[in-house]
Amino acid sequence: MNQSLVSITDYSKEEILSILSSARDFEANPNRKTLDGKVIATLFFEPSTRTRLSFETAVMRLGGSVIGFSDAATSSSAKGETLNDTIHMVSCYADAIVMRHPLEGAARYASEVSPVPIINAGDGANQHPSQTLLDLYSIQKTQGTLENLNICLVGDLKYGRTVHSLIQAMSHFNPSFKFIAPEELKMPEEYKTFCKNNNIPFTESCDLTDNFNDADILYMTRVQKERFQDLMEYERVKNVYTLKNEMLSNSKPNLKILHPLPRVNEIDMDVDKNEKAYYFKQAQNGLYVRQAIISKVLNIAINE
Amino acid sequence: MEKELKVAALRNGTVIDHIPADKLFQVVSVLRLKYYNHPITIGNNFDSKRMGTKGIIKISDRFLEVNEASKIALIAPNARINIIKEYQVVEKRTLILGDEIYDVMHCANPVCITNHQPVPTKFLVIRDGNQIRLKCCYCEREVKQDEVKIKKN
Repeated sequence: MNQSLVSITDYSKEEILSILSSARDFEANPNRKTLDGKVIATLFFEPSTRTRLSFETAVMRLGGSVIGFSDAATSSSAKGETLNDTIHMVSCYADAIVMRHPLEGAARYASEVSPVPIINAGDGANQHPSQTLLDLYSIQKTQGTLENLNICLVGDLKYGRTVHSLIQAMSHFNPSFKFIAPEELKMPEEYKTFCKNNNIPFTESCDLTDNFNDADILYMTRVQKERFQDLMEYERVKNVYTLKNEMLSNSKPNLKILHPLPRVNEIDMDVDKNEKAYYFKQAQNGLYVRQAIISKVLNIAINE
Repeated sequence: MEKELKVAALRNGTVIDHIPADKLFQVVSVLRLKYYNHPITIGNNFDSKRMGTKGIIKISDRFLEVNEASKIALIAPNARINIIKEYQVVEKRTLILGDEIYDVMHCANPVCITNHQPVPTKFLVIRDGNQIRLKCCYCEREVKQDEVKIKKN
């Protein structure tokens, strides 16, 4: 059994906390040589500049090398090669594989057939665990703890994989949630049942204004066009929620605004200057968290 | 009485009894009985004290495999399986769905890897009170038991 990271639910509470602790060490010193001589493959069957650059930078700052592709059109899968074959071929060259794939479950399947660890960098609308871990890192860093926080999730709660994974991951830390979404993009029943079964209190609303004044974390998400089967529905809901700076005047002093990025128009530019805006720092945290994940799946001690 | 006679008429094989009348042809279909060359008796809309009307299937010289039993357990969980040898019922089985079912049904998620590449499906059986949900081990989506699409081979 290799040490793949496919879903945030693969990690126990202790493993999550251990990743966050390693990430703190990497933040203090991100340039090390612990991956010297290692080759990491980044297979992006679906383009994602941000995630790919973050993983590749994480490898290079640890002295490792990167192979791979950033677009399935230039890879052998365009010739009809199965994922099984691509993974077997690449595992002959690389010590670990970071992959993003448009099909859901692709990373789990890859982890079953691969002799080297797989790190899921997103499988369709399903899981993106490194994003979840960097969200947790950002929450812990800004609030000093993960326990007993009031988290407000806004936007596309139906298709947004980051919010689903965040609920699963935060379930270890006694949170309470507020779900704010238009009717068409409400939190699916399955995750509400998950909250109920885990005794996690939550409320639902369609209104963003004055609705997050007791929140510690305001987690904004983008309404993604590519997740919609029906483009009419997308046009109806895409501009419903925009966070403006004046809406933050009654919020708690410790509030931080997170967003997995890229944003389109769900956060006004005037919010960027507010010290409660944390989304760019959040993206930077991704580097340290990914260094921690790569080190864990390869069983590499983080101290030189 | 009628049932006894029919069961007795089978020398060796399997009787699937107490199939809800509206599920009978689905069971026939997933067992691929259309392509089976030995004698088969298919009856439907018989009176049943327990369930109103019912269907029954008798298949000669065939004993269900585990994944065939899983298919029937998904479609008609209260059906009864009787194994017949030399005209005698040698075994009566109630269908029990295991905790994991392998390559028996399709995933309902159109963008699941199992619907696009040669990957056998795998589902976890989640029991929530009386309801059964099935969670795809790949895309992690859940379907309710009555929404299941059974594989035909």
